[in-house]
Amino acid sequence: MPAVQETIDQVRSIDVDQYKYGFETEVEMEKSPKGLSEDVIRFISAKKGEPEWMLQWRLDAYKRWLTMKEPNWARVSYDKIDYNDIYYYAAPKMNPAPKSLDEVDPEILKTYEKLGIPLREQEILAGVEPQNRVAVDAVFDSVSVATTFKEELKKAGVIFMPISEAIREYPDLVKQYLGSVVPVTDNFFATLNSAVFTDGSFVYIPPGVRCPMELSTYFRINEKNTGQFERTLIIADKGSYVSYLEGCTAPKRDENQLHAAVVELIALDDAEIKYSTVQNWYPGDAEGRGGIYNFVTKRGDCRGKNSVITWTQVETGSAITWKYPSCILRGDNSRGEFYSIAVSNGMQQVDSGTKMIHLGKNTTSRIISKGIAAGKSENTYRGLVSAHRKATGARNFTNCDSLLIGNQCGAHTVPYIESKNATAVFEHEATTSKISEDQMFYCQQRGLSEEEATALIVNGFVKDVLQQLPMEFAVEAQKLISISLEGSVG
Amino acid sequence: MADVTLMKTPAETALVQAFENARTMLPGNAESRAQAFEQFNARGLPHRRVEEFKYTDLRALLREVAPFAGVPTAEEAKAALGGSKAFANVAALQVPFVNGHFVREAVDFANLPEGIEIVPLREALASGHEWLAKLSPVPWASDNPVYQLNTSFMADGVMIRVAGSVETPVHLRFVTAAGSAVATATRVLVVVENDASVTLLESHESGDGANHQPNDVVEMIAGDRTNVQHVRLNAEGDKALALSTLAAKIGAEANFNSINVVAGSATSRHQVYAILNGENTNLRVNGATMLKGTQHSDSTLVVEHNALHCESRELFKTVIDNEATGVFQGKIIVPHHAQKTDGRMMSAALLLEEGGSMNNKPELEIFADDVQCAHGATCGQLDEDLLFYLMARGLPKKEAESLLVQAFLGESIEFVENEDAREALVATVEGWLKARS
Amino acid sequence: MLEIKNLVVQIEDKRILNGLNLTVNKGEVAAIMGPNGSGKSTLSYVIAGKEDYEVLDGEILLDGQNLLEMEADQRAAAGVFLAFQYPLEIPGVGSMTFLKAAMNAQRKARGEDELTTPEFIKQVNAAAAQLEIPKDMLKRALNVGFSGGEKKRMEILQMALLQPSFCILDETDSGLDIDALRIVSEGVNALRSPDRAFLVITHYQRLLNHIVPDTVHVMHGGRIVRSGGKELALELEANGYADYRESEAA
Repeated sequence: MPAVQETIDQVRSIDVDQYKYGFETEVEMEKSPKGLSEDVIRFISAKKGEPEWMLQWRLDAYKRWLTMKEPNWARVSYDKIDYNDIYYYAAPKMNPAPKSLDEVDPEILKTYEKLGIPLREQEILAGVEPQNRVAVDAVFDSVSVATTFKEELKKAGVIFMPISEAIREYPDLVKQYLGSVVPVTDNFFATLNSAVFTDGSFVYIPPGVRCPMELSTYFRINEKNTGQFERTLIIADKGSYVSYLEGCTAPKRDENQLHAAVVELIALDDAEIKYSTVQNWYPGDAEGRGGIYNFVTKRGDCRGKNSVITWTQVETGSAITWKYPSCILRGDNSRGEFYSIAVSNGMQQVDSGTKMIHLGKNTTSRIISKGIAAGKSENTYRGLVSAHRKATGARNFTNCDSLLIGNQCGAHTVPYIESKNATAVFEHEATTSKISEDQMFYCQQRGLSEEEATALIVNGFVKDVLQQLPMEFAVEAQKLISISLEGSVG
Repeated sequence: MADVTLMKTPAETALVQAFENARTMLPGNAESRAQAFEQFNARGLPHRRVEEFKYTDLRALLREVAPFAGVPTAEEAKAALGGSKAFANVAALQVPFVNGHFVREAVDFANLPEGIEIVPLREALASGHEWLAKLSPVPWASDNPVYQLNTSFMADGVMIRVAGSVETPVHLRFVTAAGSAVATATRVLVVVENDASVTLLESHESGDGANHQPNDVVEMIAGDRTNVQHVRLNAEGDKALALSTLAAKIGAEANFNSINVVAGSATSRHQVYAILNGENTNLRVNGATMLKGTQHSDSTLVVEHNALHCESRELFKTVIDNEATGVFQGKIIVPHHAQKTDGRMMSAALLLEEGGSMNNKPELEIFADDVQCAHGATCGQLDEDLLFYLMARGLPKKEAESLLVQAFLGESIEFVENEDAREALVATVEGWLKARS
Repeated sequence: MLEIKNLVVQIEDKRILNGLNLTVNKGEVAAIMGPNGSGKSTLSYVIAGKEDYEVLDGEILLDGQNLLEMEADQRAAAGVFLAFQYPLEIPGVGSMTFLKAAMNAQRKARGEDELTTPEFIKQVNAAAAQLEIPKDMLKRALNVGFSGGEKKRMEILQMALLQPSFCILDETDSGLDIDALRIVSEGVNALRSPDRAFLVITHYQRLLNHIVPDTVHVMHGGRIVRSGGKELALELEANGYADYRESEAA
């Protein structure tokens, strides 16, 4: 595998400073007043030019949120968050809103260039086969700054736009589906998001349409003291198909920043959604200063029969990760899949996993989770598989493996497996191990350095999951994993 | 969720009252009892929001507190023990309890097998016996509310010391024979000195129809190079709510093997807290649970590897008929210093009919990198292919099912070393299956 | 003895058997040959009564009794024995326990007394010796950790002990080396009798050198497309199944 060599080269080229997306962009910003109040929510809603029902929805969520407590069941610890010390809205000054890329602040365009995210369609078209094209929605702090290939997608009937636009242009679709998978009252962070979400992507694939290209959103937190609260809503109507990718980065800062997103997926009869995440928020420094708190609620609803939702995640960033992309298998014969690689190093804390809720008949689910803990990090898999009374013939297979590198980290597995139907068959297996000395010796005897051997073996360890990612992203993810483990050997 | 202070349930109020009434009568240090009860009372009965009791909500299950049983007369004790059948085929030193009280007369203290010493707990508590300091060998078990209740109310029990190789098994025979519902709280401490070995049988029997509420704790301190074989049988009556705890601290190069077989109780919860404190020790904790009707049974297990090079194996098998519910919660903890740990935990459940439920929660908590740990959990029906294979050989369906269920539970029971005890358990399984068909 | 008339079978909406007709007489050894996927194993499962198959039409009569109306165990008691292509491993069930349970269940179904333990052990030992089955193999759980050859020998041991009247050997030669093949074949040949019929399902001629059939049937597309004497097997060995495939295509 040539990618291994590439990985190693990449690892070598990196300085002590491993996080290469840690730069800051200087642009003039417009912010809401600091802190959270009804007025701030009205401010956000007004900025977005939202209809009254949307504002009301937010205010209801806010009222609810005030009565809620932060969850404490996850295996993570952090100082109390002061929710009034955060800017809930921060956007580059763009008056009036840019009509094309040429009107976007060149500094922002440069940012995406540096991040390797193509925003100019002509440039993308130049070197890429049509089937490999990716449409991008670029979200910068609280707003979407550009969305590519909108017109072409529109021809296929696909709606791909910032959710703030969708609220204005397709209010009926939004009203019908928003909050239908993750209710406003779902949990502390989801409720907060419902009150203050600023942007995110909206996707609608009409019946029978196979989305002609990959869709993706690139999230960038730039501004200090801001939280990012994006909201993504994807609806795959009957018989349609879409593959969606999300990527995230943030500058290096000593303070912690909050990212509390909500993603809702809805797959109707015979539809399929593939949702892939490469999460590389700033993880904090070696002493655990700074980094993103990634408290995310992601849930897919296999609402129709024979529908399929696949979550694939490569989690290497964030100081704290708290996310459980889940599937509600409501439609008969529907299928949910969860493939995850979670790498933690330094002082990172990961508490992640999935929920597979089997409600319909003959529903199947599959969970493959690979956790790699290094440094002084804590890495927990937490998952729920349940079959309800009517879930005749439900099937689940779960495999979660953990690998520990070094003796100061922790790897934990906390599965909940609940069956209320005798015909449901659930199989769960989990292992924790280290890279075997025999394997290391064998590789080293063949001439690989310890670091190379580790990269090779780790790549083998996560292969099942990487295979689930679209090709380009798999290579990217592989590099990222090795970079994240930099310095963990020896 | 908003923080709500839970109202005290009638059962919780009754427990406070029961403790007030009993505290002056119970033997021993009143202060440590009061402290344990205070700890319990501060949180109340555990409910489903308490992680460790997520699947066994004692707040909902314990509606009414039964009165604590009084000391039986000699005749009552004799009659009760006469009706006891558990491990009847096993020749063993009998250490009997009736209604939670040690039956002193039944033990010939002058002629105990060599290497065995027995001290009645009631007297020990009253006199402040030096062995009392050895109680609570697993410190973190003391945080458990069921254990705290036992510490608050423990009225009787024994302390046993084993030195050298004891051939005769020791049988702790618990029989509750009261006609109406009673609560009992017994505590047994077994200290197995270095290089000693012992087989310990434990049986719990009570009559059907009464909502008995036993809460039994067995604590063991197994020294270095010991061999402990522990076989526990729950044959409580069909209305009993049985809570039990095994807390074991185990030394180096030891061999510790414990099984709990559940064939009774409306509701039961058996908690095992084991800590491996010396190197090169082998631990095996097994379970075989048979449930029918609306029975509910919970096996909760925490194994801490606290030394290098230990091996632990946990195998729990649960058969669920009708609308019964099985629970398995197991956790293996490996701290930084317990390198070369080899831990394997498996929970398998068979649901024989629609309507049954199984909740599995097998956990790993690992901080050492040079370890091999694994857990597995399965639940499902009998394998159709196996059933067909057996039927193709001429076995009627029910018989084929029985054979497979026997084999399924047998995989856990086969680790019982004492042949007679193993046979008794196999017969228990057969009896259960016969009652089913 | 066995009569199959116009048997139509499907599994999960896929038609496997398409109006199959077959008669096997008392004392006869009939071989069924055919390419992979022609429905041979399905036929054996349907005769033995596996549940996953849906019989849409036709009947299977054993000595005039309609097998399709019986459960698998009733068919076994009636005399049907299937030597599985892949015998199942049953962890925790001792081989002896299993043999005794099966023998007694069939005896009970026929209204006979259960075997005494000494009589049972005597019978098993005699049969095991003939099949060169070592004692320790019988001490292990059924088929668990057995080699391919050991599993097949265990099947024939069961056949010898259960004394069925109609035996189906499903690809019994698969996974056997030449010595194991000899032992297994001798075991089968020893059971040949005027009261017993065999249906030998195989892909290759090899097995039929050891168990010489009286009749050979070629199966293709879910039905019997040709029947003949043992020389038909040799012809197939020489020409392969290509002719049948092409005729299908045409």
